[in-house]
Amino acid sequence: MIHDIEYETMPREALEAIQLRRLQNTLARVYSSVPFYRDAFNAAGIKPSDIKSLSDLSRIPFTTKKDLRDNYPFNMFAVPMDNVVRIHASSGTTGQPTVVGYTARDIGTWSNLMARALAAGGAGRGDIIHNAYGYGLFTGGLGIHYGAERLGASVIPVSGGNTKRQVVIMKDFGPTILTSTPSYALHLAEVAEEVGVSFDSLKFKFGVFGAEPWSEKMREEIERKLNLIAVDIYGLSEVMGPGIAIECHEGKKGLHVFEDHFIPEIVDPETLELLPYGEKGELVFTSLTKEAFPVIRYRTRDITSLNPEPCICGRTHVRMSRVTGRSDDMLIIRGVNVFPTQIESVLMETEEVEPHYQLVVDREDNLDVLTVKVEVSERTFTDEVKGLQSLERRISKNIKELLGVSARVKLVEPKGIDRSQGKAVRVVDNRNI
Amino acid sequence: MKVEQISVFLENKSGRLSEVTAILAESEVNIRALALADTSDFGVLRLIVDDTENARKALKNNGFTVGKTNVIAVEVPDQPGGLHHILTLFYKADINVEYMYAFVRSSGDNAVMIFRIEKEEEAIRLLEKNGVSVIDGQRLYSI
Repeated sequence: MIHDIEYETMPREALEAIQLRRLQNTLARVYSSVPFYRDAFNAAGIKPSDIKSLSDLSRIPFTTKKDLRDNYPFNMFAVPMDNVVRIHASSGTTGQPTVVGYTARDIGTWSNLMARALAAGGAGRGDIIHNAYGYGLFTGGLGIHYGAERLGASVIPVSGGNTKRQVVIMKDFGPTILTSTPSYALHLAEVAEEVGVSFDSLKFKFGVFGAEPWSEKMREEIERKLNLIAVDIYGLSEVMGPGIAIECHEGKKGLHVFEDHFIPEIVDPETLELLPYGEKGELVFTSLTKEAFPVIRYRTRDITSLNPEPCICGRTHVRMSRVTGRSDDMLIIRGVNVFPTQIESVLMETEEVEPHYQLVVDREDNLDVLTVKVEVSERTFTDEVKGLQSLERRISKNIKELLGVSARVKLVEPKGIDRSQGKAVRVVDNRNI
Repeated sequence: MKVEQISVFLENKSGRLSEVTAILAESEVNIRALALADTSDFGVLRLIVDDTENARKALKNNGFTVGKTNVIAVEVPDQPGGLHHILTLFYKADINVEYMYAFVRSSGDNAVMIFRIEKEEEAIRLLEKNGVSVIDGQRLYSI
């Protein structure tokens, strides 16, 4: 079902006219209310009034994660705090998450886009949505929740964790739509099997999965084990949260970007040159309707391509392909963003540890497992096993506290970490996504 | 009255222990006593050798993490209750034994036990007061 038929199936020409008008408004607004953007535009010698067509967008400077961090916590907000009704923060940044704000109207827009996304994924009024995305600062849980309510479905705000209880709820409440990370969906299937509950006996029809990279192979596995149709959802808190792009269950071939609210661009991550449709590169977003936290040409670091071909579902919005990687070294561990440098600073802050480390990511029982190998130095070494084990625990605890991700810490011998061409290999990702 | 012990960090990988013994053999270091403590991921090898400095350098040069700690060597009567008597002395004096292991050779009629103790000065005084013989490093290395 198409939730917002007028906008979602709008002819390209009309859509582009709306985009240009909204873009001009957004640029004028950030220029007058966010010093960062005013300085950036001035430095590039551009005024909002110079933007006369959508192609002029490429003259505007990019915004990066670093820019957002430099303006921590609220300096990127384009409205006074009086008008901000919600604050979220991105996961996993040592001491300094990226903070985003929403006005009441932003929450309304987000809810509407999430309702569109859930409808594209097969949900409608009368459905019961089992929402196993985490609730909290993370945008996943609340984003889906508001969209489900807007759609008129019944939402079970079960959040993450306590999997056995979730299986009982799935059995007793009979939800028809599952929303979670793809790895958690597979974990649910396994726990259900352990306690003797078959997904064939449950009422699920569709699942909307995202917040971490996954593959076509994983989709087949989820569909088989959970006996439902699985679609991919995309979002990031810096741009809004979940509901920026969604796969339709009819096509299951790429995610429609809600272009009446966001302009997607693909650029070469090295040269930053704009790439044509079909070519792979880094995804860049400009928000068109956000009030509290507009973003202009925000570099997501996600690698994808755009496909403008018409879709069998009738939506006219361009489709992005599955995110296949990153243009930086960020890892997504169970939905939490982790940069190797963050682990490094935890190690440096943990007394006496030298930052010779390696991150190894595996997928065990369908859950991401992060192992941090740390080389033992003469200063950290002690002849007592309990001293070394307590060091491992201390590092693990600090990583959990600062990054919000569980990690196994494993002490290794000096030079126990592979070095290629004299440079340590910092990340080994064995997940084969 | 203290004895120097070296300890070596080892990953649980096959062949690591024999690499240590090979390095020591090449450096003509004689192992007098050894004990291995291990977890699922790593082990700590503790060694008493006849030439601590030489052993330590050789291992370090080969990329091992090596530590040096003091332990005490105690003569224990080689008869039932011999060790128990000494442990009882520690227990009553509230002296905690971090770990202990047996020395390979005996000292006359007595066995030799190696103790790793935090309060080592206090432990040595206690043992001597109770007539228990503590062996110093120089003598131990040449037993």
